[in-house]
Amino acid sequence: MAITDSLAVDIQNLSFSYAEDAGVHYTGLNLQIPKGERFGLFGPNGAGKTTLMSLMTGLINADSGSIKLLGEPVDKKNKAVNKLFGFVPQDFSFYQELSPAENLEFFGAWAGLTKKQTNHRTTELLEVLGLQDVRNQQVQKFSGGMKRRVNLAIGVIHNPAILFLDEPTVGVDVQTRHAIIGYLHQLNEQGTTLVYTSHQLSEAEDLCNDVAMIDDGKIIAQGGLNSLMEKYKEPTLEGLFLKLTGKQYRD
Amino acid sequence: MYKLKATIIKDIRILLRDKVGIALAFIMPIILVIIVTSIQNSTFQLVNKNRITMMVCNRDTGKLSTQLMSTLDKMGMFKINNIDKAETDDAIKQRMRGKDALLAIVIPADYTQKITAKAKNVSGKALNSFGLSGDTAKSKISVNPLAMYYQPIIQESYRMSINGALRSALQIVESRETLRQLYFAINEKPLPEALEKDLLNNQTKINELPVSISGGIIMPNATQHNVPAWTIFAMFFIIISLGGSVVREKISGSFIRLKTLPTNFMVALVSKQITYLGVTLLQALVIFSMGIWLFPHIGLPALNLPSDYFGLLMVTLVCGWCAVSYAICMGVYCQTQEQANGFGAVSIVIMAAVGGLMVPSFAMPDAFKTVAAISPLHWCIEAYYTLFLEGGKLKDVIPNLLPLLGITLLIQLAAYIGLKKKNLI
Repeated sequence: MAITDSLAVDIQNLSFSYAEDAGVHYTGLNLQIPKGERFGLFGPNGAGKTTLMSLMTGLINADSGSIKLLGEPVDKKNKAVNKLFGFVPQDFSFYQELSPAENLEFFGAWAGLTKKQTNHRTTELLEVLGLQDVRNQQVQKFSGGMKRRVNLAIGVIHNPAILFLDEPTVGVDVQTRHAIIGYLHQLNEQGTTLVYTSHQLSEAEDLCNDVAMIDDGKIIAQGGLNSLMEKYKEPTLEGLFLKLTGKQYRD
Repeated sequence: MYKLKATIIKDIRILLRDKVGIALAFIMPIILVIIVTSIQNSTFQLVNKNRITMMVCNRDTGKLSTQLMSTLDKMGMFKINNIDKAETDDAIKQRMRGKDALLAIVIPADYTQKITAKAKNVSGKALNSFGLSGDTAKSKISVNPLAMYYQPIIQESYRMSINGALRSALQIVESRETLRQLYFAINEKPLPEALEKDLLNNQTKINELPVSISGGIIMPNATQHNVPAWTIFAMFFIIISLGGSVVREKISGSFIRLKTLPTNFMVALVSKQITYLGVTLLQALVIFSMGIWLFPHIGLPALNLPSDYFGLLMVTLVCGWCAVSYAICMGVYCQTQEQANGFGAVSIVIMAAVGGLMVPSFAMPDAFKTVAAISPLHWCIEAYYTLFLEGGKLKDVIPNLLPLLGITLLIQLAAYIGLKKKNLI
């Protein structure tokens, strides 16, 4: 059995730079995330987390190297790979004029589900995420926490094998954060690989079992969360983060 | 197919919840078409059917000024309102400012005397040229001008037609007097009334015949001109709703999310075009229906649909597709909804003006006629006018539809390049 079969994400020798040399650039990056991980990607502002997330989800194309998700190359011509993952962006990337059920109906169709499958998943997700009572109300009237849950529900409508999450709990109250993190644990137990980025490091400690610290387009540390904290003699992820990335402002 | 259906349903739901967009797409053009058609229709009626009140200050005491007023009255264009001959010019201006009338004329005190003298002089010259003895002709007799006061709100074209009518009346009076003088000089008795009528009133009539492709007679009126024009305007104003929707999807990140899903982005673009093309067809249906059924109830001429319904459908479809393409393109390039609304609306007004929706393109300077060809609205209105005013068929509008399709494809290409550059597809 090839090693890549057990990898959710396999990045080999990746190079990327923005036009006119603006922003972060990657040169010869390698990163492997095994299946079933709860993987955290951390770094200061401008370190390249969102760029890497965009590369892994095919939103932007690498200059050279390869990215594979569960063995499938990420390529804009290979739409099959898009069925393997879900994406929960930091922005509320859905239609605020529509209700949660209407949004899920639309994104379910785009994710390749049939009408019946979409209806089933809609009911299931709205129930699990506590949105059943407001399923037919326009999302624009919702609180920030409710919108975050809608954002998450859309990302997982098609039961993806890998879920990319970019700051999924930013701006929500403790209860919503607790519910979202709980649901992510539940998804992971069912086999979904989580690739997560956030500045909420205490929350990351609760969620992630494996992390990578990136800075200036380079992975400066990677491994199990506990083993890294042990290695650098830091009792918290925040301490580890500051030790590795320094205390200077980055933006 | 399910993906496309779900996307169309999504677009329709968003559209139906955009109350401002719907108002601008339907209510604004309906109001505009009624107002503009009513105004143009009343102007048409004012010129052709209603009499315009004209104050006349006749300072002359002779018979010719009375004949002049009678001639003006018989023309049927003016409602004569005589005012005291003692009224000063300032008093007349004051009355004009007080909106007593849009128009006033002052007949000079020596009008009859001067015209008679002029007629005698011309008659004398004529007799001399015939080899007969006439009064010694003076070289020239100058007649004091007739003053015409007018409200500045009277448009130039209307003022010109009033001026033409006045000149015509003056000419009749002068010609009649010259004939009388000539007849009297030869026969030493007055010109018989019957002969005078024969000489002066036997005018050749003018039959006004609008040129049409079909050979039938379609009388142009304010409705036939305005309903197609404002329908096109309404279609292009879909930019407020559609352009804004595209910008919102870009800003919210919905487009980005769609890119991560296993569906081709073209589905989203096709859905928007189908949904909003449906809206433009509905706009045309509503405005045409109003023209046919509502206008006669509010005193406006009814709209006569072209005989070629298929041609009308095709023109409406191509115009609608162009409008939808333009709105999507603007949405792609604009950064904010405000930009899309502002730039979109202004650009449509400019293209409408340049394209001949507000002023006929044949009346434009040559440079503007060239520019008109790049305005899609120009080809839309030309195609509609060929159907509505000239009785043309589908084959007659092909020369208009081909450039319009060409412009539409260029707009689509520009939108595609914009989406590519912004990494949205």
